[in-house]
Amino acid sequence: MKIQVDHLTRYHYDQPVRGVVQSHRLTPSRCTGQRVVRWDVSVSGGIKGGGFRDGAGDWVQAWTVTGPVSEIAVQVRGEVSTTDQSGVLRGHRETIPSVAWLRATSPTRADAALTELAQSATGDALTLAHALADAVADAIAYRPGATHAHTTAAEALALGEGVCQDHAHALIACARVRDMPARYVSGYLFADAQGNDHEAAHAWAEVWVDGLGWIGFDPANRCCPDDRYIRLGAGSDARAAAPIRGIARGSGVESLEVTVAVEAVQQ
Amino acid sequence: MIDFFNEMYDAGGVRPPYAKLRDWMDTMPAELRSLKQAEAEALFRRIGITFAVYGEGGDPDRLIPFDMFPRVFAHAEWRRLERGIKQRARALNAFLADVYDRGEIVRAGRIPKRLVYLNEAYEKAVAGIRPPKGVYSHIVGIDLVRTGPDEFYVLEDNCRTPSGVSYMLENREIMMRMFPDLFGANRIEPVDSYPSLLRRTLASVAPEKCPGDPTVVILTPGHFNSAYYEHSFLADLMGVELVEGQDLFVEGEHVWMRTTRGPERVDVIYRRIDDPFLDPLCFRPDSMLGVPGLMDVYRAGGVAIASAPGAGVADDKAIYCYVPEMVRFYLGEEPILENVPTWQCAKPDELKHVLANLPELVVKEVHGSGGYGMLVGPKASKEQIEAFRAKLTEQPHNYIAQPTLALSTVPTFVEEGVAPRHVDLRPYCLVGERIELVPGGLTRVALTEGSLVVNSSQGGGVKDTWVMAE
Repeated sequence: MKIQVDHLTRYHYDQPVRGVVQSHRLTPSRCTGQRVVRWDVSVSGGIKGGGFRDGAGDWVQAWTVTGPVSEIAVQVRGEVSTTDQSGVLRGHRETIPSVAWLRATSPTRADAALTELAQSATGDALTLAHALADAVADAIAYRPGATHAHTTAAEALALGEGVCQDHAHALIACARVRDMPARYVSGYLFADAQGNDHEAAHAWAEVWVDGLGWIGFDPANRCCPDDRYIRLGAGSDARAAAPIRGIARGSGVESLEVTVAVEAVQQ
Repeated sequence: MIDFFNEMYDAGGVRPPYAKLRDWMDTMPAELRSLKQAEAEALFRRIGITFAVYGEGGDPDRLIPFDMFPRVFAHAEWRRLERGIKQRARALNAFLADVYDRGEIVRAGRIPKRLVYLNEAYEKAVAGIRPPKGVYSHIVGIDLVRTGPDEFYVLEDNCRTPSGVSYMLENREIMMRMFPDLFGANRIEPVDSYPSLLRRTLASVAPEKCPGDPTVVILTPGHFNSAYYEHSFLADLMGVELVEGQDLFVEGEHVWMRTTRGPERVDVIYRRIDDPFLDPLCFRPDSMLGVPGLMDVYRAGGVAIASAPGAGVADDKAIYCYVPEMVRFYLGEEPILENVPTWQCAKPDELKHVLANLPELVVKEVHGSGGYGMLVGPKASKEQIEAFRAKLTEQPHNYIAQPTLALSTVPTFVEEGVAPRHVDLRPYCLVGERIELVPGGLTRVALTEGSLVVNSSQGGGVKDTWVMAE
């Protein structure tokens, strides 16, 4: 299908800041089943910095804004043509070996409860990965506002509620308990009329299955990513895989406003 | 009783490189000696070189004792060491370039993949990024001990930011000031070219994006750091700016330094800040020491960082065991310098051996440093040994064990006159477009009689290190 994205992030500072530095992972991954028709990222008043493909295969683009500035708008507009790959990441070149994704970070560290949840699943590698995704979906109900940006997988499980970020963190933690490399993926999701109530700026997890490679799992929607998904990039956790990371120099307090529209292009 | 190699005397009498020092020692009146010792101390105090070596912590204002009796290498001895050190520095850099690229050594099964990729010092953030000239560790500090005329062992490698080189330079400076005649009588290779070689090495790795004469800076965490003296000392001698994170900023494709003449582009950063603090955007978000956005500029080829972020994966104690393998794999050569045989207590068989031989072994924590938390079997009491036995049984992963090395001795001034004391050596190998090694290094000496622990936190001192000219 053809998916159109219009994603605007507005940063507002209550006092002008001296400058802003951002690191973007906002370009669709180069992989089978995902073809960019057009794609444009702009930063108001921004100077484009260097760009490079990182070890996970993602395009990272640096931007700086010279102050004083009190408002910045990051605008992403594009269109991607997708085909369903049943969640399997194909044709994606990366340097980091899968085993390196076994290292836990603080939001994805397994506590006793996550370990127990992970041990409850059985089956061969692929079956196990599916079972873990189901177990996470069963254990953490989708409820926006229940958690925040810094909630850990362990906290979300204890709470029994969370959003896609918490689902992804919990699945990563569980997979690692079972010695399966796992990572956080950020991207966009086109939700049709029957779809659940979730954000169009989405996140899920990828689990490494020997013989098959990286396979995406979206516990929040109880499925594997298909042609409704656009993959942007991966990292150890939400922070590492964030589409936009930034820091402002100065004492101004930042507030953020995000609007995302992901729509199917009428054929 | 272990037989220790005395670097000055052997069965045949005084070894040749020390010949002239013997007269110097024999003819020095006791009063002059204590006078000179006091003078040396006053000089060290005046220049303010009081920092702790190798980040051992402790009182930052403590003066590390300087022993006036030099440690001497014959020309031929040094040439062999030099070949061995350069070989090791090349292999360590080849390893780093490999594990951040295709990982051929891991694919070939020559080093366990989890040891590399699950190592805390392996940085995913720099995988697939080739630093300028492919160099990761630009200053390699290799800690060596000697056990015989031709036997040297590498104790550990330091690929990040090895400290202590200012001692090498200051020890020489002070010796020359106090005993100019000695330097007339002996033909000693100079070490004072180190700062200009360091500068040249750093300039040689400037990124291609930076045309013209590269601007080099030293990035320090600040004056509260125990090695701040060394940072400012090196900046002075190299004629480069000493900066803190707040003096730099990122704009567009480059890193800039604030100056009174306006922003100046920075091409090479010799950082004395650890990886996690370099860039809050990439590593620890709470770090105030680094430069936001620095890693993106670096990864896009806009600035060089020495040592390269992620270089620490080559000098981990667990990786150490595989360095000889790296020499064979990447260089196709046999290692000139040997490793100390090491038992990894995490392996049940090796743990068994260690537990059965504790009184003869040295046991170290895998992540320890500074000579703390280690057991020197032959020097330990029964209680200490039993305490370690319990620790090893409980947490074998935390420990490695090595045979107690018969560290060589060098004559040292002590209360009663001159007596042999155990020493080690840290040379500083520079890797850029070329590999350079100043003839010398930092000799540390265990001042307590019989002690094998040279760390300054455990009663160690330093000596001037001479390499005789041909």
